[in-house]
Amino acid sequence: MNRHIELKNHQREIYYFRLRLVLSLGFVAVLLFILLLRFFYLQVIRHDYFRTLGENNRIYVVPIVPNRGLIMDRNGVVMAKNYSGYTLEIAPDQVKNMEALIAELSQLVDISSKDIRRFKKLLTERQALETLPIRSQLNDEEVARVAAQLFRFPSVRIKARLFREYPFADVTSHLIGYVGRINQSEIDKLEEDDAAANYMGSDYIGKTGVEQSYEKQLHGTTGFEQVEVDAGGRAVRVLSRTAPQSGSTLMLTLDAKLQEVAEQAFGDYRGALVAIDPTSGEVLAFISKPGYDPGLFIDGIDTESWDALNNSPDTPLNNRALRGQYPPGSTIKPFMALAGLFYDTRSPSRTISDPGYYMLPGSRHQYRDWKTGGHGSVDMFKAIVVSCDTYFYGLATELGIDNMHSYLERFGFGRKTGLDMEGESSGLLPSPEWKAKRYNQIWYPGDTVSAGIGQGYNLVTPLQLAFATAILANDGVAFQPHLVKEIRKADGNAVLTENKQLFDLQIEPEHLKLVKNAMEAVTKPGGTAAGSNYGVTYRLAGKTGTAQVIAVKQGEKYDAEKISEYNRDHAWFIAFAPADKPRIALAVLAENGGHGGSTAAPIARKVMDYYLLGKVPQPLQKVTEKTGTEND
Amino acid sequence: MNTRQLKQRFMQHLDPVLLAGLGLFGLVSLAMLYSASDGSWLRVLAQFGNIAVAFVAMWVVANMPLHYLMRAAVPMYVLGMILLLLVMTPLGVNSHGATRWLNIGVATIQPSELMKIAVPLMMAWYFEKNEAMLTLKNYVVATVLLLLPIALIANQPDLGTSILIYASGFYVLFLAGLSWRIMIGGTLAAVASAPFLWSMLHDYQRHRILMLLDPTQDALGKGYHTIQGMIAVGSGGILGKGFMNGTQTHLDFLPERTTDFIFAVWSEEFGLIGNLLLLGLYAFVIGRGFIITANASTYFTRLMAGSITLTFFTYAFVNMGMVSGILPVVGVPLPLISYGGTSMLTLMLGFGMLMSIHTHKKLVKT
Repeated sequence: MNRHIELKNHQREIYYFRLRLVLSLGFVAVLLFILLLRFFYLQVIRHDYFRTLGENNRIYVVPIVPNRGLIMDRNGVVMAKNYSGYTLEIAPDQVKNMEALIAELSQLVDISSKDIRRFKKLLTERQALETLPIRSQLNDEEVARVAAQLFRFPSVRIKARLFREYPFADVTSHLIGYVGRINQSEIDKLEEDDAAANYMGSDYIGKTGVEQSYEKQLHGTTGFEQVEVDAGGRAVRVLSRTAPQSGSTLMLTLDAKLQEVAEQAFGDYRGALVAIDPTSGEVLAFISKPGYDPGLFIDGIDTESWDALNNSPDTPLNNRALRGQYPPGSTIKPFMALAGLFYDTRSPSRTISDPGYYMLPGSRHQYRDWKTGGHGSVDMFKAIVVSCDTYFYGLATELGIDNMHSYLERFGFGRKTGLDMEGESSGLLPSPEWKAKRYNQIWYPGDTVSAGIGQGYNLVTPLQLAFATAILANDGVAFQPHLVKEIRKADGNAVLTENKQLFDLQIEPEHLKLVKNAMEAVTKPGGTAAGSNYGVTYRLAGKTGTAQVIAVKQGEKYDAEKISEYNRDHAWFIAFAPADKPRIALAVLAENGGHGGSTAAPIARKVMDYYLLGKVPQPLQKVTEKTGTEND
Repeated sequence: MNTRQLKQRFMQHLDPVLLAGLGLFGLVSLAMLYSASDGSWLRVLAQFGNIAVAFVAMWVVANMPLHYLMRAAVPMYVLGMILLLLVMTPLGVNSHGATRWLNIGVATIQPSELMKIAVPLMMAWYFEKNEAMLTLKNYVVATVLLLLPIALIANQPDLGTSILIYASGFYVLFLAGLSWRIMIGGTLAAVASAPFLWSMLHDYQRHRILMLLDPTQDALGKGYHTIQGMIAVGSGGILGKGFMNGTQTHLDFLPERTTDFIFAVWSEEFGLIGNLLLLGLYAFVIGRGFIITANASTYFTRLMAGSITLTFFTYAFVNMGMVSGILPVVGVPLPLISYGGTSMLTLMLGFGMLMSIHTHKKLVKT
């Protein structure tokens, strides 16, 4: 019985077992079929998608940054160049503890606190996935030391890069400008201009000066390399390569030596100088003093140096030549004289009697001449030579503001010269319309009087005044001022900048002769710039000027000694030479220099001497205040 | 003994059909390791050594009469449990955030690997012992025998091994005739308690589970494996990129390509056709296992053979599913192909038992 049950159970057991085994087999078959479907889905239906992903995985497009073009002066003297060097860079995204990393790195190479401050500033404005330099210009030994330890720092790179160098440093800082790391607003602008692709590998962009205005030519065209990379991002193989095209080399119109001489001639004065070849518009010298070290900006300036530059009362970051706006003072007088002749307001021979002040008809307000007691009997020639204010107060009143405005406008006052540098100021040539708009006030006769001697609302930039002087020197024929003479492309082709004639004012030759002769007499005994131009061997024409910084009250006397340095008058001098066939025209501004004849004219003289005679001056001492007869 | 007798003696307890399948797997494994290690013979030779050792072990087990195996069940299980407990003591070796190894002085061993065989063996032995009168109590005891080591292993943590051991034990229960009512009831209970268990978890634990279910959430961590694996499989297409030509493999994009992700190498280089062949090879070996199971003569051997066969399949399915992105990444190697001596040895021991079951049955009297 027992045996029977057991046997029956046994058979049932086997039956049940085999049933379950078949079920298991079905389970296996279903799951294998699911796998098969999955493979079909991945490898057939979505094959293209995954193939693309695979390709994207392995193929990188690596930009090859072109070499930036050089900048040279007209004689081939290099003013901006590249040198290759190593930087120590950190990929911040891969760093957990930046402080600890920097501390470890500084055991391998010198990292100054200045480097660290600069790096931290860069950190706050960085782009995604960027590496940032913590130290630049590593020497070979430092490179070797870090390279040996690099495996410890996966976030650290040593990069070989081209660096920008400016051999003339602060002498050309406002002219050449500098390159710096590309910031977000520049990226936005590049994207707007559809140029972002060309900057894919670029770290730097021109920020100011020629570096900025000729960015497009200097940068060059970025090349590309398609490389196969492994998962670590290391390039395994180059698949294709498009070579980069180096940026163009710029030949400036500038004369580097002249620039140096001019810069040195300023001594301790702040100010600006622009020298132009009046027959071509070529800018020969372009000074804004003080300058600064452009090298500080290349990899981002540290906060301390920035504050020092930005908060200095000498405002070294201000490009005075391009953007500085000052009253032209008496330098406006030759142009006023031409206006008077043009409108036939005053004949050259007409003399006035100068009691030392001018009063508008029906007014008792005295507009004072710079010389107490006046210049006596004064005609137009003498008015320019001795810079008689009274004469020009009257001339201005007789001309009227509208005629004055329209005539001076012809010389480029009140608008940008169009120099090939960004950020130019337009100065201010006042008119009743302007005043109504700006101050909602009517134009008073007194406004015209002040404007007649370049005070009041008048503002010019040194560049504008140099341009106007060049037009005058070139007998009214104006050439576009420009800084770049030639653009040499990397393939060897050179594009010369055409000297562009803008207009011809067609000034009467007699008018020109009178004014030019008077300006020549300014530099001769009896003229306001005689003192500094003793013994000049070429024909030098000029005009002094003084720009008031603070107004002197009625009945008070200007006393330089009592006024703080920064409130003293600015000294102007405009000049051209040789007077009969001018090759150079310039405007000099010495800030708070007092009188044009004593401070600005000597600077101009040194520049002229070098340019016309090749005379290299001895290092210049600070010109002493007021010397004898020299006056405005 | 002449050569022929020697050969006969050698082959006496081996199954030629299974042996052919295993031989093909060996060739595939060596070829794939050659490609995955970028043409280096180092891994290939080491794996050859693993195969050789595992083959010897298989031969020895295949030649063992079945009552030897049955006798070994309890000591192996007890030893395995002791070792698993020792892992929790300071003797345990921690690596990559998991304590799975035991330092025994001369080497480190992974007790959970032993349990892959010991657990189904123990359960099959237990059912054999109580074959005459199986009651619910027996299933409960067997389940406890299964869950005890799993709890210890999951705690290490080692999810992949836990799942495989759970599967092997479950197969024993299933084949031993666990009633449908209990299986369905158990499943329903698990599903019903899921929300409650979920609410008991810490945020970071929930995060880890979600990560496991959706690897793209963690594209640079675990998800990176899955994404790169899917790219390798998908970019292989129908015909594959050709042997040694997989870009995912040879440019280092594929992580763990000699171990858990070796299937992606195969798939990338040989495409859908290659996958069909590989699935066919697995089906062939599994099919042979089913035949051996169906013909096994005792309760113990039936359970054991079924569990070994189904566990082998589970290995393969979980691995291929994880590489092709339908299962979470749990760390299960591709059986008989992935590099590694331990899993090769465990698997081959299993096949040794299958062969023993197949070739000794005539000697067993029921």
